[in-house]
Amino acid sequence: MAPAREPSGAPADAGSRRLTERVFRVRETGIIAVLALFVLVTALIQPRFVSSSNIQFILVNASVYALVALGETMVILTRNVDLSVQSVLALSAYLSAGMFGHVHGIPIPVVFLIGLGIGLAFGAANGIMVALGRVPSLVVTLATLYIIQGIDILVVGGNEVVASSLPSAFVAIPTVTVLDIPWLAIAVAVVIGAGAYYLRTFRSGREMYAIGSNPDGARLAGIPVARRVFTAFTLCGGIAGLGGVLWAAQYQTINTSAGGTNFSLIVIASAVVGGVAIFGGSGSVIGAGIGALLLGTINVALDVLGISDFWDQAIAGFLLLLAIAIDRGISVRLAAALRKRGADGGT
Amino acid sequence: MEPEHRAPLAWLRWETGLVLVVIAIGVLGVSTSSEFLTGNNIFNLGLQSGEIAIMALPMTLIVISGEIDLSVASIMGMSSALLGYLWHRHWSMLAIFAVILVVGVLAGAINGLLITRLRLPSLAVTIGTLGLYRGVADIVLGPNTVSNFPGSYANVGVSGVFNTNLSYSGAIFIVLAVIFGVVIHFTPVGRSIYAMGASPEAATFAGIRVKRIKTMLFIVSGVVCSLAGVLLTFRLSTSVNTNGLGLELDVVAVVLLGGVSIFGGKGTIVGVVLGVLAFAGLQNALLLTNFNQEAASIPVGGLLLVSVFVPIMAARAGRLRGVIPRRGAGTASPIGSGDE
Amino acid sequence: MNPGPSAASSGGLEPGASSGGATPPADPAPQPAAPQPAAPQPADPPRVPLLSLSHAAKSFGAVHALVDASIDLYGGEVHGLVGENGAGKSTLVKILAGVHRPDGGWLAVNGDPIMLHSPAAARDAGIAVIYQEPTLFPDLTAAENIFMGRQPLRPGRRIDSRQMRAQARALFDELGVRLDPGRICRGLSIADQQIIEIAKALSLQARVIIMDEPTAALSAAEVARLFDVTATLRASGAAVLFISHRLEEVFEICQRVTVMRDGSQVLTSKLDGLTADDLVRAMVGRNLEERTVGQASAPGDQVLQVQRLTREGVFTDISFDVRAGEIVALSGLVGAGRSEVARAIFGIDSYDAGAVTVHGRPLHRSSPTSAMAAGVGFVPEDRRQQGLVMDMSVQQNMALASLNRLRHLGLITGKSEHDFAADWALKLRIKFGRLTDPVFQLSGGNQQKVVLAKWLGRNPSLLIVDEPTRGIDVATKAEVHRLLTQLARDGVAILMISSELPEVLRVGDRILVMREGRLVAEYARSEASEEKIMSAATGQLQGQAR
Repeated sequence: MAPAREPSGAPADAGSRRLTERVFRVRETGIIAVLALFVLVTALIQPRFVSSSNIQFILVNASVYALVALGETMVILTRNVDLSVQSVLALSAYLSAGMFGHVHGIPIPVVFLIGLGIGLAFGAANGIMVALGRVPSLVVTLATLYIIQGIDILVVGGNEVVASSLPSAFVAIPTVTVLDIPWLAIAVAVVIGAGAYYLRTFRSGREMYAIGSNPDGARLAGIPVARRVFTAFTLCGGIAGLGGVLWAAQYQTINTSAGGTNFSLIVIASAVVGGVAIFGGSGSVIGAGIGALLLGTINVALDVLGISDFWDQAIAGFLLLLAIAIDRGISVRLAAALRKRGADGGT
Repeated sequence: MEPEHRAPLAWLRWETGLVLVVIAIGVLGVSTSSEFLTGNNIFNLGLQSGEIAIMALPMTLIVISGEIDLSVASIMGMSSALLGYLWHRHWSMLAIFAVILVVGVLAGAINGLLITRLRLPSLAVTIGTLGLYRGVADIVLGPNTVSNFPGSYANVGVSGVFNTNLSYSGAIFIVLAVIFGVVIHFTPVGRSIYAMGASPEAATFAGIRVKRIKTMLFIVSGVVCSLAGVLLTFRLSTSVNTNGLGLELDVVAVVLLGGVSIFGGKGTIVGVVLGVLAFAGLQNALLLTNFNQEAASIPVGGLLLVSVFVPIMAARAGRLRGVIPRRGAGTASPIGSGDE
Repeated sequence: MNPGPSAASSGGLEPGASSGGATPPADPAPQPAAPQPAAPQPADPPRVPLLSLSHAAKSFGAVHALVDASIDLYGGEVHGLVGENGAGKSTLVKILAGVHRPDGGWLAVNGDPIMLHSPAAARDAGIAVIYQEPTLFPDLTAAENIFMGRQPLRPGRRIDSRQMRAQARALFDELGVRLDPGRICRGLSIADQQIIEIAKALSLQARVIIMDEPTAALSAAEVARLFDVTATLRASGAAVLFISHRLEEVFEICQRVTVMRDGSQVLTSKLDGLTADDLVRAMVGRNLEERTVGQASAPGDQVLQVQRLTREGVFTDISFDVRAGEIVALSGLVGAGRSEVARAIFGIDSYDAGAVTVHGRPLHRSSPTSAMAAGVGFVPEDRRQQGLVMDMSVQQNMALASLNRLRHLGLITGKSEHDFAADWALKLRIKFGRLTDPVFQLSGGNQQKVVLAKWLGRNPSLLIVDEPTRGIDVATKAEVHRLLTQLARDGVAILMISSELPEVLRVGDRILVMREGRLVAEYARSEASEEKIMSAATGQLQGQAR
């Protein structure tokens, strides 16, 4: 036998870890930096941009997107996608806000619960089909997008919920501020924080990352994949339902176009810009929230700068492409750098 | 990273089932409204869904090859915007068509290159170009609307080819369907597309130039969607930046309805034509009954679900009967394989 | 390793005997394999093996992977398992890992019979397998990979990451390696991934650790580290099963070795007193079957010339040629770089230096189109992922490389494919239901014939085949060999990569041996033998110390 010798593997990998962590924190801080840069530059040119009313406007607008992005991110982490959030939000907005007209004096929290319930129900339906049926989520949620949209159209008919039917306390929700910061934004941030905490500190949360990172490996490791995927879709739906109620509070007039076209794709784009990998396994809900905030800021910034806000879409699309390309570039370069380190350290 | 095996018979059954569905929709239409099968209505039917139908053809090839293109409606919008903008500046129609053609090629090429050279996932890339190209439409037209197109072109929305009941877009769809059908079913390129969708690795080992073909597919999609944009503009007699907004999911839905597998490697043009008929027929039938035609999305969604559950059930049954050997099944990511 | 005298006298080694015990009179002629259980060593006290497999048999259809295999794994010992490709090693491992259930024979843990219904059951029984290519969760940290699903918790069921990292660090310390538990696993070297898998096994209280060809992808330093870890495992009382082709490693790290051949173990012995030659002979010794299928006529002009082909880290300075009518067999161990060379020639992979010419004209790098245009065909190693599009029909698969030639007026019809395929199916005697059936319904042998037909349909002047008869029944194997020799007689130049020595000797006119990315030996058929090839492949030749 050879004489005992020093373990000759890679040396204390604090160096590697620092590199990795630095790069990965770069992703989240990267998007914060881009946001900060944006705000800074715009503010320098046009100080009006950072007026408290403008900031409040941006925060309130981005809130719903950031909230729904939280749920969408959980689904994407498991290597799935939920296209139906758009119509869940729309239907929930109409039904829950419509409650005020139907049930006189209904307490506001109950309306929130109704919206949540609607969302949970549809989310669970998605979850059952994807998790148990082992059917591709893109197709399933495209189908439910259509079905729920159809239900929404039938239910709404030609009516709409008008602002006057909504209690003033409800309508005031997006306007309430605490120390000049909209309460709504704080609430959403808290929810996102809770989501991030859950994904980071609980076994089931970590398992969602595992499922997206290596689905076969997850199964082999004994992770209850179907259960986790079901949970992800149910939560995503429920959050979209909540988002619907918030949308109603914000826009007050609800017809079939609530949410706007491409809402689902905007939410997915927010997540990807915020660092969530489209095939799952990595990314954070906080990043997704910041992505939503960034996309929401662009529009207002353009307005304030006097640039036609018709540049909004183009810039957002370009940012998304940049984000994906950079992420790919980073991961390729990171893998090469780490491999080289291993070789250097080892030989 | 592959889907479970599906019994090939299931797909053949899908097209046959789809024929039955189309017939059923026809019967439904006729029973609810005596106008359903009139020439005038057929004309309207062709008009309404013409653009979606046309865009569904290159989308079919792209999905069979294992990718997806969500920027189709934005390319359409971009070409519509350019049409209006340049017409407003008194360019000749011929020159405008040339520009739109070039822009369509570029748009498709950008998609193709990002996906094949940079190896980025097509789902994410085309969500990005969806925004980018719609943005170009926004920038070009801004809040303006252009409507003064010459009658001979705007005629597209009013009467059919040679004054028959066949709309121009319907005619173009038929011609393109034949062309795409021949290409995918009867040419070496077509076989190659099926191969690369079913197994990109085996296709490469057979000497198939996967990257080149995929890039071409996206370029063709760009050109066809630009054409669809022109048709839409003339039909509505309006060029506005929101033309075509949101249609991309309809195009994907029609393709999936036609039995094309989201995983790639399977599907037929016949199926997609039937899917178009089902989709358009449903909307039209509901329109005639004064039922809210947009609620047609419910049966469309239902059919989509059926389209995806039937093969899985059939495969399960086939495996139970021991007909089909079990292959490793993971949760596949259906659109493109990215590069991990 | 002592280059001792072979066979005959004390400590002598005929296939089937164990050293140290009473040996039957020496028999110089090689015996056909006679599986025998390990005889107890008189010097050791009787011990119960931590894991033992007795008289296992396993067949997959017509292929008998295991005939009568037994192995005993004792705690505190590293047990080596060697044998050629197809000897049954991986099937044995899969049975121990709970992936397959044996058709005959039984398993026992600590002397108690046990049935392993699944990999999870094997895990619960304390058995862990470290595969050649570990699959971790690349986006998660090392510590998370080790503890996924079993992370230590703080009150409120929250993951205690500090505790988890500390436990991971403790495991790494126990193994004597320095890895950062907080490191994301993406981009980790295979060596590091293996260590993490071993740490995971330890955390699962594994007492039996099976390492399946762990060193194939490792550098020298990484191998050294792995051996230190293995020594630590051994010292802790675990049983380690070490499967490897590299005999010098077996001698370095193992105390006991089992040699398998044709589905049975033919030798189980302590390593003291054994030489590498003994092992090689045990691995290879068999009735020499009919050596050649037919003899090649004098080879013609040079068709393929490979000059100093190099790809950094994969293969170096490869030069050889293949002439028309000649079959050149490229042999060597798994991981020697043969398939990589073949892929580089055909253009699937790139290379850093050197040149490839066919009929005197250089091929473009990384261009299968260029190779195909020059008349090169390539039957790849992995039939299911690379050779065939499993979901497509038999006829479409056959036609896939000839699409342009089957065109008529630019179009291809099902009929043209059908006729083409029917023609070749007849020539190659392929068994199928209908030509339109999906190819996954065919047996392995017939599938391989489809791949061959695909390339033969192009009338190649150079045919590269990589493991042409892997996973194929004996009858079809013989057919394929006959086909290849007939092709050579017809003037095709053939480059055949094979890990099966009998095949190499039956079919190859010239035999090249690769080892660790280099060409190390060349033999004409007349002077070649299995021992010579195996020795060159494992580096046992004189002057080729590792």
